[in-house]
Amino acid sequence: MSNEKEIPELGLVSSLRFVWRQLTSMRTALSLLLILGVASIPGSLIPQRPQNPMKVTEYFKSDPTLASWMDRLSLFDVYGSPWFSAIYILLFVSLIGCVLPRTFEHFKAARALPPITPKNLEKMEFFSQWQGTGVELEAARSFLRKKRFRIREFEGALSSEKGYMRETGNLLFHLALILILIGVSFGALFGMKGEAIVNIGERFTNTPTTYDSLSYGKLFRDSSLPPFTLSIDDFRAEYDPLTNAPKDYTLWVTATNTPGSSPVKHIIKVNAPLSFGSTNVYLQANGYSPVVTVRDSKGEVVLQGPVPFLPQDANLTSAGTIKAPDATPQLGFVASFLPTASRDKIRGGVSSFPEALDPSLLLSAWTGNLGLDHGVPQSVYRIDTSKMVRIGLKSLKIGQTYSFAQGSITFDGFVPWVNLQVVRDPGKMYALFGAILAILGLLASLFTRRRRIWIRVGDDGNVQVAGLAKNAAPGLDVEMSLFIEELKKAGQ
Amino acid sequence: MTHSSWAYLSNYLIYSAMAVYTLAFFAHAYETAWAVRAPQTDEVSGSLLTKTFDFTRTEKIARIATAFMILGFLLLFAGVIARGISAGRAPWGNMYEFSITGALAFCGAYLAALRKYDLRWLGLIVATAVLLTLGTAITVLYRPSAPLVPALKSTWLVIHVSAAIMSGGVFLLANVIAATYLYLDSMESRGERTAWAKRLPSLEVLDQLSYRLVAFVFPLWTFAVIAGAIWAEHAWGRYWGWDPKETWAFITWVAYAAYLHARVTVGWRGRKAAWLCLFAGSTFLFNYVYINIWGTGKHTYSGL
Ligand code: HEM
Repeated sequence: MSNEKEIPELGLVSSLRFVWRQLTSMRTALSLLLILGVASIPGSLIPQRPQNPMKVTEYFKSDPTLASWMDRLSLFDVYGSPWFSAIYILLFVSLIGCVLPRTFEHFKAARALPPITPKNLEKMEFFSQWQGTGVELEAARSFLRKKRFRIREFEGALSSEKGYMRETGNLLFHLALILILIGVSFGALFGMKGEAIVNIGERFTNTPTTYDSLSYGKLFRDSSLPPFTLSIDDFRAEYDPLTNAPKDYTLWVTATNTPGSSPVKHIIKVNAPLSFGSTNVYLQANGYSPVVTVRDSKGEVVLQGPVPFLPQDANLTSAGTIKAPDATPQLGFVASFLPTASRDKIRGGVSSFPEALDPSLLLSAWTGNLGLDHGVPQSVYRIDTSKMVRIGLKSLKIGQTYSFAQGSITFDGFVPWVNLQVVRDPGKMYALFGAILAILGLLASLFTRRRRIWIRVGDDGNVQVAGLAKNAAPGLDVEMSLFIEELKKAGQ
Repeated sequence: MTHSSWAYLSNYLIYSAMAVYTLAFFAHAYETAWAVRAPQTDEVSGSLLTKTFDFTRTEKIARIATAFMILGFLLLFAGVIARGISAGRAPWGNMYEFSITGALAFCGAYLAALRKYDLRWLGLIVATAVLLTLGTAITVLYRPSAPLVPALKSTWLVIHVSAAIMSGGVFLLANVIAATYLYLDSMESRGERTAWAKRLPSLEVLDQLSYRLVAFVFPLWTFAVIAGAIWAEHAWGRYWGWDPKETWAFITWVAYAAYLHARVTVGWRGRKAAWLCLFAGSTFLFNYVYINIWGTGKHTYSGL
C-alpha cells in the first residue's frame, strides 16, 4: 500500500512527536479554546464554593446525593477543578507550540521579498492592460515605493507587497495571550489573600496571626509578607437617607512600611486601595463593635472593650456574642446591635438605617459552661448554650446597665470596624502588560490590509497590472484605480 | 435646576425619543410598503410590470425616516446625559440606564455605518429594536435616579461600561445583518427574492458587512473586558474571579474569536459563519438579560 510509509513507527520519540504535532495544530488549539468557553458555563450557573459557600450548603441540604455527585465532578469549584485546569494548560501548551515556531519564521522572513510576478496576470483580480509608452515600470516603482510597498523586480516585471504588519500584529496578539496566562499562573502560585476585621482606633500588623482568614499560593512563604503596620485612625460611611444605600466610605490610616520607618497618613476608599509593592490593602466591608463592660457577682471587671458583630442586612442589623470565660460561673451573651433601633412585626428588633442614629443592644444572657476548654476551636460569633442556663433578656441604650444575680453588663458605646482585605498578586503586572500588547496586536492585525500589486511590461510595451487582496481585505479596488491612473498619467 | 427636575427632563426626553422613533418606524414602513406597491408600466409595450419596484419614488420618505432616526438619536442622547446629571455620575448604575444607553449605542452604530454603507433597508429593524428596548426599559426596568454604591464609583467603570455598551451596539447590528443574511439565503434557495427583498444588498455584501463590523469591534470588546478586570482589581482586590458576569464576557470573547478564526484561518463564509455570529451574539444577550437579572454574582447592579 502506498501510504504505508506515512504511518509513524511506534517508538516513544516518534509517538511523542506525533502527539506534539497533533496538540499544536491549529484545529486542536481552536477546539481547546471553544471547549474552554463551554467548560466555563456550568460555573456561572451553579453556585461556586469560593464565591458563594452558603448557596452550596443549601444544595447539599436539599439533595445530598445529587450534590455529592456534583461535588465529585468539581461542579462547585469549576475554575479550580482538575478538568478545567487541564483544558487551559493544554491550550497554553498548544498556543506556545503553535505560535513560537511561527514567530521565528516571521522574524526570518521579516526582510523577505514578495514572490516573483505570476505568469498569467490575466487570471488575477483587478487585472487591467493597455499599450504603454515605456515609462510605466519606473512610474510604478516610485508609486509603490512612496506607499512603502516591498518591491521585487524580475525580468521586466515588478511584484510588490504590503501589510506584513498583519502577521506581526497577529503574532504579537497570540504571544501576549501567553504572557497573560503566565501572569495569571504566577499570581496564583506566589500570591496570597487574607482578611482581617479591625476596630477603628486599633492597629493592624501584617503577620499571619493577625488575620481572620488567610490563604497562600502554592509557592508563597510567610517571609514574603511585607512587614507593614496600619493604625486605623478613622472611618466614615455616608448613606442615602432616601434609599438607605451606601454613598461613600472613607478610611483614614497611618501606615508604617517597615518597623522603625516614619509613619505616613493615607486614605483608603473602595476603589482606591493602599499599595505596598505588589501587596494591596482594600476596604472591603464595615460594621459595628459594641463596647461593653462585663462584671462578675463581686463587681470585678471580667471583660471590657469592643466586640465585633457581623452585619445581617443592608441596614447593618448586627449579630454577635459576648463571652466572659473568666467570670465564675462563666457568662455569655447572644446579642444584636441595632444602629438605628426599630421594631419589625416578623423579625422583632431590627435596624432601620445603617448609620448609628439610635443605637441599642439586645441581649440574651446565659450562665454556666461556655465549653471553651475542650481545645475545639469555636466561632467567636456563636455560643454553645447546651451546658448553660438562660438568665434573661434585655434591651440596652448607651450607658445603661443590665444587672442580674451573677453579675452585670454595661453598654458603654460602639466603634465601627472595617474588614481589610490584603492581597498580593505579583503576576498582575504581567497580565496587564500582556493585555495591553494583546490589544495593540489585535489592532495591528485587524486593521492592516495585506495585498499584492503586480505589473509586467512586455517587450511590445504592453502594460499588465493586477492585484490580490489577502483575507478579502477591502479597498484594493480604489488603490488599483489610483495606481492605474498614475501610470497612465506618467505615460502621457 | 434641581436633581429631580433633571430626572424629569431625562424621562421627558426619552419619551420624546420614543415618539420620534415611532415616526421613524412608520416612515420606514411606508417607504418599504410604497416601493413594493408602486406599479410600473413597461415603456415599450405599455403592459403592467407588477414585479418591478422603483425605490426612487420613496427616496424622499426614506430621507425623512433617516432624519427621524437622527433626531431620535439626539433626543435619546440628551436623555441619557440628563439622567447622568440628575444622578451626579455616569448614567450607568442600573439596568434601566444600561438599556437606554444600549439603545443609544445600537442606533449610533447604525447611523455611523449608514455613512459608509447603504443600510437604509435596516432602518425598520433598527427602529423596532430601539422602540422595544426603550419600552421595556421605561416600563419594566425603570428605577428612580440615585447615586452609585461605592464600588461603582470609578473612572474605570465609565471606561469599561462605555466600551462594553458600544461593543454591544455593534455586535447586535452585526447580528441583525447576519440574521438578514440567513433569511435571504433561505429565501433565495427557494427561488427568486420576493419583491421587497430585492432592494436589500446581495448575500456577499451582507456576509462581508457583518464580518467587518465584528472585526471592527472585537478589539474594543477585548478592551472592555480588560478595563472591567482593572476596575475589579481596584474594587475587589482581584482582576478576575470567574464571577458569572465575567465568565459570560469571556465566553462572548471566545465565541467572537472563534468566529474571526473560522473566517480568517478556516475560510468559513455564508451560512455557517452567520450562524456562528448569531451564536456569539446570543452569549452577549444572555449575559445582559439572564445574568444581570437572575445571576448571583457581585455584578448585581440591575437594581431590580
Ligand atoms: C494555538 C492556538 C492558536 C493559533 C495557532 C492561532 C492562529 C491564528 C492565525 C493563523 C490567525 C490568522 C491571522 C491572519 O491570517 O491574519 C489568527 C487570528 C486570530 N486569533 Fe488566533 N490562534 C490561536 C489561538 C487563539 C486564541 C486562544 C485566541 C483568543 C481568543 C485567538 C484569537 C485570534 C484573533 C482575534 C485573531 C484575528 C482574526 C482576524 O485576523 O480577523 N487565537 N490566529
